[in-house]
Amino acid sequence: MSTDELRPDPDELLQQVQQEEARARRGRLKIFFGASAGVGKTYAMLSAAQVAQTQGVPLVIGLVETHGRAETQALVADLPLLPLREVPHRDRRFKEFDLDAALAFGQSHAGGPSPPLVLLDELAHSNAPGSRHPKRWQDAEELLAAGIDVWSTMNVQHLESLNDVVGGITGIRVWETVPDTLFDAADEVVVVDLPPDELLLRLATGKVYVPEQARHAAANFFRKGNLIALRELALRRTADRVDSQMRLWRRTNEAMWQNQPRWSTRDALLACVGPGSGGEAVVRSAARLAAQTNLPWHAVFVDAPSQQRVGDSEREQALRALKLAKELGAHTATPTGASIVQTLTRYAREHDLSRLVMGWRGRKRFWRPSLAEHLAAQTPDMDILQIPIPGPEGARRQVRQAAGQDSSSCWAGYFVVAAACALVAFLAMPLRGVLEQTNIVMLFLLVVVGAALQYGRKPAILAAFLGVALFDFVIVPPTLSFNVSDAQYLITFVVMLLVALIVGQLTASLRAQAQAATERERRVRGLYQMSRDLSAVLLREQVAEIASRFVRAEFFSKSALLLANEADRLELQPNATATVDIAVAQWCFDRGEMAGRGTNTLPACDCLMLPLKGPMRLRGVLAVQLTQATSLSPEQLQLLETCASLLAISIERIHYIQVAQSSTLQMETERLRNALLAAISHDLRTPLAALVGLTDTLATTHPLAETHAGIVAAIRESARRMHAQVDNLLDMARLESGAASLRREWVPLEEVIGSALAACAGLLGPRAVQVHLPEDMPLLFLDAGLIERLLVNVLENAAKYTPEDARIHISARLLETWVRVSIEDSGPGLPPGREDAVFEKFERGSKEAAIPGVGLGLAICRDIVEAHGGRIWGENRMAGGTVRGACIILELPRGNPPVEDGSQAADLGLGEDGSE
Amino acid sequence: MGVNEARILVVEDDDNIRRFVRLTLQVEGYVVSEADTLRRGLIEAGTRRPDILVLDLGLPDGDGVALIRDLRGWSDMPVLVLSARGTEAEKIVALDAGADDYLVKPFGAGELLARVRAQLRRHLGQARAGGPLIRFGDVTIDAIKRTVTRGGDTLHLTPIEYRLLCHLAAHPEKVLTHKQLLLAVWGPGHAGDTHYVRVHMANLRKKIEKDAARPQHLLTETGVGYRFVGTPAG
Repeated sequence: MSTDELRPDPDELLQQVQQEEARARRGRLKIFFGASAGVGKTYAMLSAAQVAQTQGVPLVIGLVETHGRAETQALVADLPLLPLREVPHRDRRFKEFDLDAALAFGQSHAGGPSPPLVLLDELAHSNAPGSRHPKRWQDAEELLAAGIDVWSTMNVQHLESLNDVVGGITGIRVWETVPDTLFDAADEVVVVDLPPDELLLRLATGKVYVPEQARHAAANFFRKGNLIALRELALRRTADRVDSQMRLWRRTNEAMWQNQPRWSTRDALLACVGPGSGGEAVVRSAARLAAQTNLPWHAVFVDAPSQQRVGDSEREQALRALKLAKELGAHTATPTGASIVQTLTRYAREHDLSRLVMGWRGRKRFWRPSLAEHLAAQTPDMDILQIPIPGPEGARRQVRQAAGQDSSSCWAGYFVVAAACALVAFLAMPLRGVLEQTNIVMLFLLVVVGAALQYGRKPAILAAFLGVALFDFVIVPPTLSFNVSDAQYLITFVVMLLVALIVGQLTASLRAQAQAATERERRVRGLYQMSRDLSAVLLREQVAEIASRFVRAEFFSKSALLLANEADRLELQPNATATVDIAVAQWCFDRGEMAGRGTNTLPACDCLMLPLKGPMRLRGVLAVQLTQATSLSPEQLQLLETCASLLAISIERIHYIQVAQSSTLQMETERLRNALLAAISHDLRTPLAALVGLTDTLATTHPLAETHAGIVAAIRESARRMHAQVDNLLDMARLESGAASLRREWVPLEEVIGSALAACAGLLGPRAVQVHLPEDMPLLFLDAGLIERLLVNVLENAAKYTPEDARIHISARLLETWVRVSIEDSGPGLPPGREDAVFEKFERGSKEAAIPGVGLGLAICRDIVEAHGGRIWGENRMAGGTVRGACIILELPRGNPPVEDGSQAADLGLGEDGSE
Repeated sequence: MGVNEARILVVEDDDNIRRFVRLTLQVEGYVVSEADTLRRGLIEAGTRRPDILVLDLGLPDGDGVALIRDLRGWSDMPVLVLSARGTEAEKIVALDAGADDYLVKPFGAGELLARVRAQLRRHLGQARAGGPLIRFGDVTIDAIKRTVTRGGDTLHLTPIEYRLLCHLAAHPEKVLTHKQLLLAVWGPGHAGDTHYVRVHMANLRKKIEKDAARPQHLLTETGVGYRFVGTPAG
C-alpha cells in the first residue's frame, strides 16, 4: 500500500476545519433521550438546568410539559419561564413555544461568558398551524443557528428511521418524528434510562400519567414486552451514535500515518424507490443501513416513460418517500430515462454507488424477470439488497390516465370511442356482402388505434372489446346475434381482441411518450426563450417582467420578484402579480433557503419563495403564488430553481454593468480633476516663479537703496508664501479626491526625515534638531514626497511658534502594528484643550497671533496621514504642571515590509565596478 | 569672472521667467541665447552648440522630454530642467530621458546659479577625469585597490555598497533615479525593486556620512532618486 492512500485528503481536512468553525458559531444541542414516556427525561433536563443556573448560565424555559407531575412542577418553579404564544386556529387557541421571544432572549445574552440556553421539551412536537415551522425541531434548528444552546427531550419512537420498527413492536404508529440527522448531529445525547419494572411501578402508583389516563395507556402501550424492546432500541441507537463519535474522534486525533482503514465512497448506498407504498420502507431500511455502516447514501425515483402507466397517487407516494429520504440525510434525485435499469445503472456509476437497495413485493411472474434480476445481469459488480415490502393494499394496481386530463374529458373519450365503434358497425352492416370480413376487422382495429392515439390506454381497451362484440353481433353470421355459427370465429375473436389490445397499448404508450417529450421540449424551449430574453436586458425591471411572464406561462401562477438593496433589504419589483409576505421573503433571503408553501418553513404562506443565488452572492427572492393545493413535482421544482438561478445570474450581470459604468464615470471624473489641477498648478506657479525670480534679478543686477531692497525682499517673501498656499490647496484637493493618487513605496523613515530636514534647513535657522530612530527600524510603505511634506509642515509650524533657541526632537518607536513618530519642541505648546483642533482646516494655534499662515499646513498633515491609513494628534509635553512644549505624534501602519533587500540579487560577477 | 564664458541656451515659453533666467545668467558673465518653442530650441541647440541647456518641460509645441531624447542622440551637454508641475513622475521621465538635474518653479537666482555652476563643473571635470582616486570630504575611493577609506581608516563596504558608491561618485551633481541605479548595480530585471537601492543607500550613509539623518554627500531627491555632491555647495 502506498503512503498516498493513507495521507488524509486535504479537501476532507479543510471540510473538517470548516465544520468545526461552523459548529463553533452554532449553539450546542443536548438531547435527553429515553425509551418511552415516563422515564424521567423532563425531570433530568430540569435538574441539569438547575445546576447550570447556579453556575451562571443564562437560561430560560422555552416550553416544558409537566403532565401534571408534582416533582417536575416543583423544579419548573425555580427557573425563569418564557411566556407562551397564543396561536389562534379556526375557533380554538393553541399555546405554543414563542420562537421570536427565545431568539430575542438569545440576542440579549449573546457575547457573555457562556452562551444562552433554551429548554425545549418534546422535540418531536408538531406546531399549531400558522406557526413559522411545522415542527418544533425546526424551531430548535433556528435557535441553534442563532448561536443559542438548546436542551430538549425525545423518545426513541420519534426517531424517523426507527419509526416503522417501533410501530411494528407496539402496534401504535407515531406521526410526530425527528430526522436522524438532527439526532446524530446533536452535540450531546443523555440517555435517561429506567428498567421496565420500575417504569410500570411508577405508572401504577400514578407518577407518570394522571390516574384516569394511566390504565388506558398501560393497556395499549406500556406492556412489559414493549418496554423491553423499546429500551433495547434506545440503548442500541445511542450505542451506534457513541460508536460513530468514537470513530470520528479517532479519525481526528490519531496520527494519520497509522494504518487506519478508511471507507471508500464506492461503498455508498443507493435506495431505489419504486412507485406505490413500498418506497418508504425501502428508504427507512436504507437509512438504517447507512447509519449503521456510516455510509453516505442516495435515493432515486426513476421517472421513465414506461412509468407513465404509474398513477398519480403512486407517483405522489414515491415522491413523498424521496422527501422522507432527504430528511433522513440522503441525496435525492429523479433521473429520467427510457429504461429504468439503464437509468439506475447510469446514476449509480456516475455517483460511485455500489450497493443498491430496492423493494421486493414477493410476487414474481415467471415469464418476466424482476427489476432486480435485470439489474444484477447488467451490473455484476454491484450488490443488490432486496427489502420485502407488503403488496399493494388494493387487489389491482389502479391504472389511471396520464396527468393533464380531467375526468369529464375522460368520460367524453369513452363516449366518443363507443360512438365510433357503433358507427363503424352501422356502416359495415350494409357492406357485409361487399367487403370481406377481414377488411371489416381492419376497420375496427383502426378505431382502436384512433382511440389510443386520441384518448389513451383505457378508451382503447374499451374500443377493443366493443369492436370484437360488435363484429360478432353485426357481421358474423348469424347476424344481430352473439351466437356464432362457425367455431372458427372464436379464434378470429380472440386474435382480434389480442391484436386490438396490443396495438392499442403500443399506440397509447407511444402517445404518452410523445406527450412527455413534447412537455419536456416545451419546458426547455421556455427556459431557452427566457435565457435569451434575459441575455439582452439591461434593467432590473425587465428581469422582473420576464420572470413574471415565465412563471405565468409555465406554472399558470402569479409571481413576484424581490431584489435586495444595498442594505440587504428586499424590495418588491414592479410587474409583481402575487401578494407577497415580505417577512417570509426576507427570511428566505437571509438564510438562502427556500421557504413558504411546500417547504418546512412557514408552509402556511401562499407563496413559494426561492432565493436567487448568483455566483457571487444572494441577489433576491422569487416568490411564486401556487394556486393548486398540491406541492410541486420535482421536475417543476427543478425548473423553478433553474429559472431562479438564471434570474440571479442576469441580475448579477446587470449589477456589474452598473458597477462598471459608475467606475468608468469615476475614472473620467478623476481624469478631469487631475487635468484641471495640473492646469491650475501650472498657471498659478508660472507667474509666481516669475515674480520670485524677477525680484531676485532686481536685487542682484541693480544695487538698491536700503528701503527699496526691503520692499523687494517683502515682495519676494509674499510670493513665496503665496506659492506655499497654492501648494497646500492643490495637495489638499488631490488628497481629498481619494487615496488613489498615493505613490507608495517601501522607504526607510530616516531618509524621509533627512530630506525633510534638508528642505527646511533655512526655516529652522539656529534651532537644534535631534533625531533618534531605533536601530531595527523597518521600511515603511509611504508616499515619500507626501510624508516629507508632512514633516516639513510640522517642522515649519514648530519653527513658526518657537523661539530661535528652541530644541526640536524627532524620535520613533515601534509598536506592534504601528510605528509612532513624535516631533517634540520646547516652545509654548499647543493651546490647552484644543490640541486636536490645530488639525482642522483654517485653524491656527492662537487667534491673534501675529504669525502669518491660514492654518492649512496641519490640516494637510492629517489628510496625508489618513490617506496612509494612519493617525495624527497633538499633545502638550507637561512637566510639573507646566507646559514644556508641543508634541505632534503620528502613527503609521507597519505593514509587511519586503524581506529581500537585493543583497543576493546583484549580478556582481559581471561588469567593472564603478569605472566609467 | 572671466572663466564664465560658457554658452547657455534657455528654452522657456514664459517671457518673464525667460527674462529672469537670462538676466541672472548674464550678470554672472555667461553667454545666453534664448528660444521659446521646442522646434526653435532644437535648432538653436544644433547651431549654437551651447555648453548647457536650461529647458522648461511645458512648451507650447510639445513636451520638453522629446527634446532631451532628440538631443541625447548627438550631444552629452548638461540639461537642467525647469519643472512647473513638481510631480515626481514628470521629473523621473525627464531624468530617465537624459536630463541631469531639475529645478522646481519657483526658484531663486541663487539656486539657479548653483545648479548651473555644478553642471558646468561636472561637465568640464569629466573631460579631465580618469584618475584612480576620487576624494570627497575625508573619504577616498581607490578604484585600483577597490578600497574606501575615511580619515585614513578603511571602511568595510559590501560589494553592493561599493558599487553603488562608485556609480554615484562617478556622476557628481547629477540626479540619478532609482531606476538608473538599479540598472547600474543590480542589472536589468529589478526595475520594480526600488527598495533595494533605499536599503543599501541607508547602510552606505551610515558608513560614509557623519550624520546619516543629515547627509552631506549622498543627498536624497525625494521620490526621484539620489544626488552625489563631492564638496558641499557653499
